[in-house]
Amino acid sequence: MESLVHPIPVTTTATATSEISSEQGEDCVEAGSSVISARNIDVFYGEKPALTNVNVEIPRHQVTAMIGPSGCGKSTFLRCLNRMNDLIENCRVKGNIFLDGEDIYAPEVDVVTLRMRVGMVFQKPNPFPKSVYDNVAYGPRIHGIASSRADLDEIVFNSLDRAGLLDEVRDRMHESATGLSGGQQQRLCIARAIAIAPEVILMDEPCSALDPIASARVEDLIDELRQKYSIVVVTHSMQQAARISQKTAFFHLGELVEEGDTERIFTTPKDSRTQAYITGRIG
Amino acid sequence: MEKRTDHIVKSYDDELDQIDHIIAEMGVLAARQLEDAIQALVKEDTALAQKVVLGDAAIDALENEVDALAVRVLALRQPMALDLRRVVAAMKIGGSLERIGDYARNIANRSQVVTALPGEYGGIRVIERMGGIVGEMIHGVLEAYRDANVERAEAIRLRDEAVDQLNNSLFRELLTYMMETPSNITLSMHLLFIAKNLERIGDHVTNVAEHVHVMVTGESLESERPKSDHSSQIISEKP
Repeated sequence: MESLVHPIPVTTTATATSEISSEQGEDCVEAGSSVISARNIDVFYGEKPALTNVNVEIPRHQVTAMIGPSGCGKSTFLRCLNRMNDLIENCRVKGNIFLDGEDIYAPEVDVVTLRMRVGMVFQKPNPFPKSVYDNVAYGPRIHGIASSRADLDEIVFNSLDRAGLLDEVRDRMHESATGLSGGQQQRLCIARAIAIAPEVILMDEPCSALDPIASARVEDLIDELRQKYSIVVVTHSMQQAARISQKTAFFHLGELVEEGDTERIFTTPKDSRTQAYITGRIG
Repeated sequence: MEKRTDHIVKSYDDELDQIDHIIAEMGVLAARQLEDAIQALVKEDTALAQKVVLGDAAIDALENEVDALAVRVLALRQPMALDLRRVVAAMKIGGSLERIGDYARNIANRSQVVTALPGEYGGIRVIERMGGIVGEMIHGVLEAYRDANVERAEAIRLRDEAVDQLNNSLFRELLTYMMETPSNITLSMHLLFIAKNLERIGDHVTNVAEHVHVMVTGESLESERPKSDHSSQIISEKP
């Protein structure tokens, strides 16, 4: 019996305390809490309003899908989340977007750092005309993330592995990325996005230029990536939104009409416009 | 929920309408089969009974048709929300109506045996009453389905209690009848099974009413429906 009762040395008590506090720290960022909060977002292109009073929470370690007919403002909203709209002339964003509680539109915010934390994958795969390796290594190099060649190798291989592409490109690391298939290129872009360890990944129609098999691979990947990242996906495919997301937001004519658990949105939507859209009555 | 017919793809609406039409047709057939089966029993009309027995195949064929069409819609349209509930409800309701048809056929089969047996028994009137209520329930629940009317479906659901109670009292009565005169046993057994078939039809109509509720609201009924079939607990007392 005696052997079961270990006296606790003083030194481990200190470790235990710090462990508890770090656990509490993790509690604050548990899955489901918000990583991004958008408050009263209005977006204008010139004088024309594109989004009106959007309020939404992006939950951590979940996939949030943005759906709605073309021109409803869902991509505009997505681009607000890493200030991609800054690049569009005449585009004005009002309201606040908080990433981990910090307002990303505050004047002191460095946009480059912001886009490191909130990565993006586009509709059409857009690999750089460089080798597979250099595509993934690009971000870590310019941000100075890797401290050595071995470090960089590890980041590149890990990212490709997480993007489910490593086995397919292991022997082609130094060949041009433009020689990969469309689906492989898209997964390469995802690997490139995660190489700089973002918190959030924005995806704008990531599967719409891919065939069904490549789409299925990307969908599978999105589901795996949410263990480590928070993901926001804009998609035209409602079936895809229903399959891959935990939360869905429906936009219509620049307004966030309804948001909530994906299952509820697709089975018993509250708003008649959501109902009409998901059942194929407006488009 | 109104049954909206304004999909962007017109043929999708046509398919959903066709599913509705088949269910309506199955319901009308099932109700008529039941009415004919009861009439065959009451009027001792073996020709009518035979017609009911042969008529069941038509309901089975319609069920296959509704299933095939529903599967097609699920595969090709990937219905969502109210449309999905409508297709799933139709498949389940089709199954219930098919079972109702089977029970009507069983009743018609037994009515031929009852007709062939000597003697008269007043309990047939109770069966006629049960059949009348169950028939009205079938018509009512089909209207509730057609109009997507939850209140109507709920009212139909509650009528099942009356059927259960008639079944209980007939059960007790027939037990006594059999104990009085063992030669009545054959007739009584057939009547008991007919009453049980009617009680089961009532249960299926209740299920259809519940499917209508889910189809319209998207929510399952929370409260357990009143179950009043106590025939399983009835014991005979020595006269």
